[in-house]
Amino acid sequence: MILILLIAIPLFAGIFSFGIKGDGAKVLGLISSMLTLVAAAYVSGANYIAPVSFSQPWIPLLGTQFSLMGDGMSSMLCLLTGIVVLVVMITNVSKEVEKPGSFYGLLLLSQAGLMGVFLAYDALVFYVFWELALIPVYFLCSQWGGEKRIAVTFKFFIYTFVGSLMLLAGLIYLSLQTPGLSSYAWADIVRAGASLPPEKQQWLFWLVFIAFAIKMPIFPFHTWQPDTYEQSPTPVTIILSALMVKMGMYAVLRWLVPVLPFGVAYWADTVVVLSVIGIVYASCIAIVQTDIKRLIAYSSIAHMGLMAAAAFTHSQVGTHGIMVQMFNHGINITGMWVMVSMIEQRYGTRDMTKLGGMATAAPQMAIALLIIAFANIALPLTNGFIGEFMLFNGIFRADSAGHITIMVVAGLGIILGAVYTLNMVQKTAWGEEVKMNSGKDLSTNEYLGLAIIISIIIFLGVYPKPLLDLTSGIAGVITAGH
Amino acid sequence: MKAIIATTVFGIIMMFAGILVNDRKNIGSIAALLFAALLGVSIWDLVTTPANAPQLLFNDMLRIEHYSLWFNTIMTGCSLLYVLLLGKEIQKVGKYVGEYFALIFFILCGLYLLSSYNNLLMLFIGIEILSIPQYILAGSDKRNLKSSEASLKYFLMGAFSTGILLMGITLLYGAARTFNIMEMVSMLHADALNPLAIGGILFLMVALSFKVSAAPMHMWTPDVYDGSPTAFTAFMATIVKSAAFFAFLRLFQVSFNALSGHWVFILAVITAATLLVGNVTAVFQQSVKRMLAYSSIAQAGFMLFAVLAVNAVAWQGIIIYALAYSVATIGIFAVLIKLKDYTYDGFNGLAKKEPFLAFVTTVCLFSLAGIPLTGGFMAKYFVLLAVVQQGQFMWLVIFALLMAAISVYYYFRVIIAMYFKQGTPELMSPVTSGDKFWMVVTCILVILLGVVPQLFLSNI
Repeated sequence: MILILLIAIPLFAGIFSFGIKGDGAKVLGLISSMLTLVAAAYVSGANYIAPVSFSQPWIPLLGTQFSLMGDGMSSMLCLLTGIVVLVVMITNVSKEVEKPGSFYGLLLLSQAGLMGVFLAYDALVFYVFWELALIPVYFLCSQWGGEKRIAVTFKFFIYTFVGSLMLLAGLIYLSLQTPGLSSYAWADIVRAGASLPPEKQQWLFWLVFIAFAIKMPIFPFHTWQPDTYEQSPTPVTIILSALMVKMGMYAVLRWLVPVLPFGVAYWADTVVVLSVIGIVYASCIAIVQTDIKRLIAYSSIAHMGLMAAAAFTHSQVGTHGIMVQMFNHGINITGMWVMVSMIEQRYGTRDMTKLGGMATAAPQMAIALLIIAFANIALPLTNGFIGEFMLFNGIFRADSAGHITIMVVAGLGIILGAVYTLNMVQKTAWGEEVKMNSGKDLSTNEYLGLAIIISIIIFLGVYPKPLLDLTSGIAGVITAGH
Repeated sequence: MKAIIATTVFGIIMMFAGILVNDRKNIGSIAALLFAALLGVSIWDLVTTPANAPQLLFNDMLRIEHYSLWFNTIMTGCSLLYVLLLGKEIQKVGKYVGEYFALIFFILCGLYLLSSYNNLLMLFIGIEILSIPQYILAGSDKRNLKSSEASLKYFLMGAFSTGILLMGITLLYGAARTFNIMEMVSMLHADALNPLAIGGILFLMVALSFKVSAAPMHMWTPDVYDGSPTAFTAFMATIVKSAAFFAFLRLFQVSFNALSGHWVFILAVITAATLLVGNVTAVFQQSVKRMLAYSSIAQAGFMLFAVLAVNAVAWQGIIIYALAYSVATIGIFAVLIKLKDYTYDGFNGLAKKEPFLAFVTTVCLFSLAGIPLTGGFMAKYFVLLAVVQQGQFMWLVIFALLMAAISVYYYFRVIIAMYFKQGTPELMSPVTSGDKFWMVVTCILVILLGVVPQLFLSNI
């Protein structure tokens, strides 16, 4: 029942929010996101004893059940969703948006969709939420985004929609292979998929994978991403980069790796090579960016590329590392975007050649930026370190012939990451002081939001055990087929 | 059976009502009441007929199966919704309001025959009863040249395709020595098929493709749909089209199922062409009404999947597709008809001025685009399921899905215009609370179809 709450609280708060005029929507959003976080924390906590699940018949005609599962991976992502949305709400308290009722309503609806995606234990339910999570985000970007928002968001929408439709065909095909010709339950889909002959799995792989590849995004399916991140309003960029790209990663682990083991094995090298190209390519582009928002967008492609590479190496430690890194990347990138939006608000520009001297003007902001930047380049004792360490460990152990080469090339990403991230910090925090247009150092709500992020960064950097324990069981389950 | 008689009688009543009742509004109310009564009669028919015993009527000319009755009921329900949403606009088309409603009743009579014909002659009669009133409705806005053009074009093309239909029937009779579609099965054998029969099947396929506006027999559709009075376009594009599809499916499922090796590939090509032409051409339209005409061609491509699949899921597929597509399209037309300017620009800024209308349009467009939790998703799901299950046409499924992604482009253009662009759309008539009520019902139907499709399929 608690799992239903995870979806229902933001859903109903979101619908209700449309009717509210003025600042009531903010308060409603805050309350709803706090309640959701509490529920998510409860579900995660329950995992140390036994995972919570829920099932209810939905459309018997199609053999689909409304079943949800809060195992280690799902509840970890729900927790991440809860934290990120709360941080968004907190840091947004002092900002004004047009039509707050619809804005926060859509934000909450997208949270409900994300929760559904992460919890769904039935392929059709998963698909429904997968698409539904997209719609509010589409409206958010198109209504409140930057100048080129309409064209950019449209591209993004159609891109992801194509992927989703392919996924639908793949899922229908898989469900027809289940006993009784129609079941969408995760266990049945896994059994049906895994028992398909290898040559069928090989083409089915692309039907299913393309949707996830677009969402993550893996090179060369990433072209929607930098534009969309740049044009979206910051709260939406956070939802997109911290949570929605995790949908793709999560889906690979839940609905692809165990379902089509032969297909995954066959295409693993291809995907790994694409991912590694993506890492190096995105890192190189990030270096020459002067717009901080675009820089972080490309850095995000690089980070996701590393996770994608590890997902196709069939190692338990790599898979475990992805889960850990999904959480940490979500936290870090949220911090990054919050910083970007604060800088943009204060200086009126995101161009780092026009910025400088923030350490003198706003020392607290500069410290926060530095810590988050360190986490972004995975410095030891920040949360980013443990995840990336496990990912590299996983890639190193891969059975592919070129695994050492791949690891070395992917490792370049880390170095390049340090180059562009530190360059960005240097140019904004130090150098000649540029005058702020408005505002001062951190306001109370921003302080609170960043405090949540930074304390998680440091806590998990020093003591990652709770996160590791939460996800260790499910990592074993997913890699069991290999 | 009762519904066939009822709709004929109601049609005649409406004709007299046109003479006896002076006030147009009263005629509209009588019509709405009669449609409600007709829905009642068809439900009565459905309930009183045992599920597994098809009823044979008129010397086996009709074979009323349970799913035929179910289809009749659903389509009558759609017609009622249509009259409730667009009734007031029908009254505005011209002087002869009573006749318009009478013609719609006669069209429904044709629909009832097409859902349960058991004889090729009955198919012919059904198609004619369905079509002839439409030629009149298309030209009912007499002073408008485009309306007259639509009528003439439709009539000429319709007559031409009827000729082909008759030719097909003749050839088949030559091969099978019967008009009865059930007996035909035992007379035609796949391994030793008379060339006459192949010719007959192909002619029938062409004629029926014309009626459902499948490419390359679709040329008439945009002009006719665009030229006809909008109130009648909504009816033609939805209920009439669904009826023709049901007839198509019935014939090919019942009679030619075992012969599918001879025709299924041709139909697959027709399907692919329909999807391609409908979707790609819709992208370039500037008028929403014309876009909806092309979209109806595109949707027909999906409905052809049901015919292609020749399996049990196809029945469910066609019924839910017809319902989802009709409800959503009628909903959009109900909004469109309120606007003065039918181009995309005419929708600019609608969300600010009339948030309710914009919301209804969005829900209906989501359904047409096939977004989950709307009827359109379930509809697409069922027809895809049917074809994937049949197993032969995975390439076509993937092609269709790519085309569906294109369809998002032109459907969402309307949404973009309404929500993200500035403008002050002019309304032809105010939105009354009655309109609002029935639009809400439409939205609820669309969502119910997407969430609990079993409600609408459990009886099959």
